[in-house]
Amino acid sequence: MSDQQRPDTSPPDGKGTSQFFQDLTGLGIDWRSAVLVPVLAIITALLVGVVVIVFTDLEALRLWGSDPGAALSKTWSSVSGGYKALFVGSFGSLRAISETMVGAAPLILAGLSVAIGFRAGLFNIGTEGQMLIGGMSAILVGVAFQLPLFLHLPLALIGAAIGGAVWGAVPGILRAKTGAHEVITTIMLNLIALNLVVYLLKSSLFQAEGRTDPISETVAVSARFPRLFGYLHDSQVRVTAGIIFAVLVAWFIYWLLFKTTLGFEFRAVGMNPDGAHYAGMNVVFLYGAVMAVAGALGGLAGADQILSILYRGSPGFSAGIGFDAIALALLGRSHPAGVVAAGVLFGALRSGGQVMQVETDLSIDLILVIQALIVVFIAAPALIKAIYRVRTGRAADLPTTGWGT
Amino acid sequence: MLKKRLSLLALLAAFVLVVAACGDDDAADQTTTAATAAPATTAAPATTAAPATTAAPDEPIEDMGPAALACMVSDQAGIDDKSFNEVAWRGMLQAEADLGVTVEFLESQDATDYRVNIDAFVEQGCDLIVTVGFLLADDTGAAAADNPDTNFAIIDFPVFPDAPWLDADGNMVSNVRGLTYQTDEAGFLAGYLAAGVSQTGVIGTFGGINIPPVTVFMEGYRNGAAYYDSIKGTETTVLGWDGADGLFTDNFTSLDDGRSFGQNLLDEGADVILPVAGPVGLGTGQAILDFNAAGGSAMLIGVDADMFFSAPEFGSILLTSILKNMDASVFNTINNIVNLGSLGNQYLGTIANGGIGLAPFHDFEAVVGGELAAELAALQVGISDGSISVGFPGADEG
Repeated sequence: MSDQQRPDTSPPDGKGTSQFFQDLTGLGIDWRSAVLVPVLAIITALLVGVVVIVFTDLEALRLWGSDPGAALSKTWSSVSGGYKALFVGSFGSLRAISETMVGAAPLILAGLSVAIGFRAGLFNIGTEGQMLIGGMSAILVGVAFQLPLFLHLPLALIGAAIGGAVWGAVPGILRAKTGAHEVITTIMLNLIALNLVVYLLKSSLFQAEGRTDPISETVAVSARFPRLFGYLHDSQVRVTAGIIFAVLVAWFIYWLLFKTTLGFEFRAVGMNPDGAHYAGMNVVFLYGAVMAVAGALGGLAGADQILSILYRGSPGFSAGIGFDAIALALLGRSHPAGVVAAGVLFGALRSGGQVMQVETDLSIDLILVIQALIVVFIAAPALIKAIYRVRTGRAADLPTTGWGT
Repeated sequence: MLKKRLSLLALLAAFVLVVAACGDDDAADQTTTAATAAPATTAAPATTAAPATTAAPDEPIEDMGPAALACMVSDQAGIDDKSFNEVAWRGMLQAEADLGVTVEFLESQDATDYRVNIDAFVEQGCDLIVTVGFLLADDTGAAAADNPDTNFAIIDFPVFPDAPWLDADGNMVSNVRGLTYQTDEAGFLAGYLAAGVSQTGVIGTFGGINIPPVTVFMEGYRNGAAYYDSIKGTETTVLGWDGADGLFTDNFTSLDDGRSFGQNLLDEGADVILPVAGPVGLGTGQAILDFNAAGGSAMLIGVDADMFFSAPEFGSILLTSILKNMDASVFNTINNIVNLGSLGNQYLGTIANGGIGLAPFHDFEAVVGGELAAELAALQVGISDGSISVGFPGADEG
């Protein structure tokens, strides 16, 4: 595709001066949409979260009748303690930032997988399955060879990308050739992948020696993402080069989508497949290619999960990240930069929510509710604009594709 | 206008909230840190096979009293699973009540959470971290090697002699206590009982994941039924476990799987079912309730806790429960830490020491009958004194 690149002729969606910022945020034009609305959304969600915390603390609710002062202080301590933990646990220390990044890396890669599908008008619900297949490929490469790091890790990643790409291309080709809807085929392939993984983990190819349960051998150290702060010898700071890799991949996808002919064709198919066909584009190839790229990204997300965090496979090691990725891609407006930002936010919620569980009496389920609230408000900018009367330039300009195309 | 002002007010409130939330540093944190500083006297490193038991006797024993912090990392099922995790958590609660320690738990959502949760507790300065289950073994071992000053206890993993966990110097980690259970002894009793009450001559079982702490139940159950046959000359078919492989849901969370596995066993004629999969068994209970409502007469055997109390809705079908008193060993470990300053011996629960057992028959007292009950009592004595072997090949590995 690089020979098709024409850096001097800007892609046909260029509108001039605000192009850079538009590309950067993927949010349309002005700072209100890009910054103010998300910030307001988070604040609103935290306020609604207060209501949730207050009304689920039955003990404090009972106290309101007899001793309002005590009730107030009890409520206050659980609210402030909870939010303090959420913040401190996601950005308050090196360990917290590290945990946020550990969570963000696979989320970003998986989010990109869904986002590139949206850009081409395809709903890739299959990221979870692509992660599983990619992760298994990474395990295979990571266990089978003994190589130096600079060869082994890239080889494992390439294996994961190929595994995911093959798994992802199937629904793309089915869609293009037969019209079978990718939502259905990808969901079905998720189920197949999930059970295939259990089967494979019990097979002699993967199963760890001396174990009877589905669990794989551990991948060689040379296939793992190196820890960024390994020199600190602090087992608590786990962040690996995986986060750097994820950001680089995001940048590559941005380049692919917005700076290459192939990317333009991806987006053209997303806007109007018939138009793209009429314009002489090979829609069958493009659907297959988009889903292959999406699958490769999903596979890399699975590889990060294995090579950064788990080092071995167990059933369901994808941990639902492929489904979180759908919300994440919507949140990031299907733009690589937006996906990175949304990935960091999700990573922060994961890490902070975990500390919230440690520090407060809030149940993990309640924490998940509050996290979901944050996502809901951020994903519904119109709601926030209505509440706070924020006026933005051209609301209709949001380049969110996928919905309604 | 009013609306705008309200919005502003809300904004302001939010700000105050956030700022205040970040501001107050509480004194409670400091007591916790102080407790951490108190030496968690790790047991003497065991280079020989001798289990790490004795804390250096002349070392002054620090009374950590109320400041001691005991922490538990649960499996996916969570501490309200009416079974495995819940029983372990009970030991923590008992320690809170009797020893005045502070207890905390973290629930793991998936396998990626194990290490994160353990690390969070290490960071918090827990005096003891209890990890619930075989599946957490790798992460527990790695965390123990990384944090030699923190005490760990793991349920269902025999740390000595064969845990492959080495610290930075290549020595076997000495800060983990394995809490294991010879559950096949109780499974043997349950199998004997099941064979005795079965009308169809078919009894069934299934497990969560094919790992030793699960299959040990199933193996005991199978051998118990075979033992009954050898004495009484009956022929009982045991479905779901053949000594090496069998039925497994491959998870410990899906009640729906429990229901369909239970239904399959019922369809095959089993009238006593032993699900060894934590809360998954609740789904099986529902399948049996439906089966009986349609005129069948099948029974359920609970595991870990006495399900008659932990899940009373199934009291009417509950033959008995295989008790795995993890609460006692968890409590014992915390007690050791608080009062002796060391983890204590590796623990193995048996019928003889009360670590495991068979729950009362409750509503099925009459069905079981005095004769069978007496045989079981005699059997229990025989297993305790070693005159009857439950025949589990891994029995000497515990």
